[in-house]
Amino acid sequence: MNAPAYNFAYLDEQTKRMIRRAILKAIAIPGYQVPFASREMPMPYGWGTGGVQVTAAILGPSDVLKVIDQGSDDTTNAISIRKFFAKTAGVATTTATAEATVIQTRHRIPEAPLHAGQVLVYQVPIPEPLRFLEPRETETRRMHALGEYGLMHVKLYEDIARFGHIATSYAYPVKVNARYVMDPSPTPKFDNPKMDNCPALQLFGAGREKRIYAIPPHTSVVSLDFEDHPFTRYRFDAPCALCGAGDSYLDEIVTDDQGGRMFVCSDTDYCETRQSQGHRGTESAAPHKENAHG
Amino acid sequence: MYVAVKGGERAIENAHRLLAHERRGDRDVPEVTLEQISGQLGLAVDRVMSEGSLYDRELAALAIKQARGDMIEAIFLVRAFRATLPRFGATEPVDTGDMQVRRRISSTFKDIPGGQILGPTFDYTHRLLDPQLAEGHVPEWPATSDALAASMPRVTDILGRDGLIEASPRADGDVPVGDLTREPLSFPADRDLRLQNLARADEGFLLALGYSSQRGYGRNHPFAGEIRFGEVEVEFMAEEVGFAVPLGPVALTECQMVNQFKGSATEAPCFTRGYGLAFGQSERKAMSMALVDRALRARELGEEVLAPSQDEEFVMSHSDNVQATGFVEHLKLPHYVDFQSELGLLRKLRKEFEHADGLPDLQEAAE
Repeated sequence: MNAPAYNFAYLDEQTKRMIRRAILKAIAIPGYQVPFASREMPMPYGWGTGGVQVTAAILGPSDVLKVIDQGSDDTTNAISIRKFFAKTAGVATTTATAEATVIQTRHRIPEAPLHAGQVLVYQVPIPEPLRFLEPRETETRRMHALGEYGLMHVKLYEDIARFGHIATSYAYPVKVNARYVMDPSPTPKFDNPKMDNCPALQLFGAGREKRIYAIPPHTSVVSLDFEDHPFTRYRFDAPCALCGAGDSYLDEIVTDDQGGRMFVCSDTDYCETRQSQGHRGTESAAPHKENAHG
Repeated sequence: MYVAVKGGERAIENAHRLLAHERRGDRDVPEVTLEQISGQLGLAVDRVMSEGSLYDRELAALAIKQARGDMIEAIFLVRAFRATLPRFGATEPVDTGDMQVRRRISSTFKDIPGGQILGPTFDYTHRLLDPQLAEGHVPEWPATSDALAASMPRVTDILGRDGLIEASPRADGDVPVGDLTREPLSFPADRDLRLQNLARADEGFLLALGYSSQRGYGRNHPFAGEIRFGEVEVEFMAEEVGFAVPLGPVALTECQMVNQFKGSATEAPCFTRGYGLAFGQSERKAMSMALVDRALRARELGEEVLAPSQDEEFVMSHSDNVQATGFVEHLKLPHYVDFQSELGLLRKLRKEFEHADGLPDLQEAAE
């Protein structure tokens, strides 16, 4: 049996060239979903194969890679992907947002502002923002081509009619460069404003659905809304119990079966950096509004 | 006091170590060999080769062993390996008419040139568990006879001579055949891509779709024109030497379904075809594929697309079990960031609901 030998960053150079061409096209048409011949990767579809292929195609030997899942460097899938590139590309890895040149993410945008020269690679499960309104790709491609986004506005309006609010809390649709409606991947809508006019390049890879799209640096990204129902961010109204941050997205930690909860930063690097700077939270189940009476 | 979760890396390593231990099973029992898997679980190997799109019995057997017998996991292992292989080119089309036939049956004619050859089949076995097989059973040697000198023309070719069945479209040698593993798929898809998709598709998915087409979800009135299984020679046109070089034999199962008519004012009515092809002996797969191939030709044959089996976007987008299992199983990954966002919204909506109805605040009432 021939022992398999793998190229730098796993993918062969022809495949990387194909992906880079798709990336360049995506950058040239911000928010447009470029089809690409996604490969089977050694991790399952739905587990970041799109992001992994984009990262593999752009990674060079001098890059410093950070991988997060749910904002954390220590979640199992983030570890798995980081180890994959440490092994196949031998690149330096980091957990510090500021030090990374390439950050692959699932479901979050780091709290620390990104800077020019950085690339944020998103893992995308369903790239099509119109998919749950229209299951057919042939239809949704036509709708994008014609800029026909009435259906999406009707959906948001119906949310308001039924619930009094736009009932989309993550994967909240945005309009990129005043042209394409785009799915930001399942990030909480709290992160949407970070995409707008961002100095870093943002690349989106959907492996199973075989699509790549991009937001070039300093591109306008507007969350869809109505004049009388403007877009709002959501964040649980409490400081982080570990670092006291009042501006970060929080994970809810269930601490017991008596209704005990605590809220801590989902971005672990942000939280640890703040703690190392001497910031402190309550470090215990804080008396939040919701369980103060318990 | 709460400490953020750490140590995921060690947990992963330990989980994989435990997996390797479980895979080995009882260490007092000898380990299964690849030869045993390939030789004694041959149909499992055939399925992994077919849906893994890689003809290599040894690697397929290894994948089955590594996957602990989980077929989709084994198919995934083979696919991931295949994706890294360089391409040297495309072989010449194989000629199934020249097959070294080990099994060949037709349900449309009682006798056919070359005869009906049952070969190794479960058909007509009584499905009674056989305790003899539990251990140490030595089967009889198979009956043998001299190989038939007669050729075995495909039944559809016999029908085709009289124009009773539509001609197989002839491939244009200058136009490269589509490859959905190299070019992103777009719809509508031509038949070459549809057949490639079906050849890689999950057997169970195709079986259910094919079955649904027989039960009235889609117009399909098929006859199994012919099913044949055996070895065909694969040849590769090497430009350097100027002739086709034989690469070796592959075992294939081919199914040609004969379906009801098409015809028009200018064209005499004739039967239509549904085609299935799979590596190894994979009859259920090849037959299901042929049913679904025919159903998917609805657009081309001017039939109304009403049923799932006729809908190429539906079928082709959901037929791949490696894609399907990945996306279904990705629900195991953490989603707590999105979930938190949904929780926040839901709590807000519930609070508003309580206040809007003038009901007492449930949480206050609980105090």
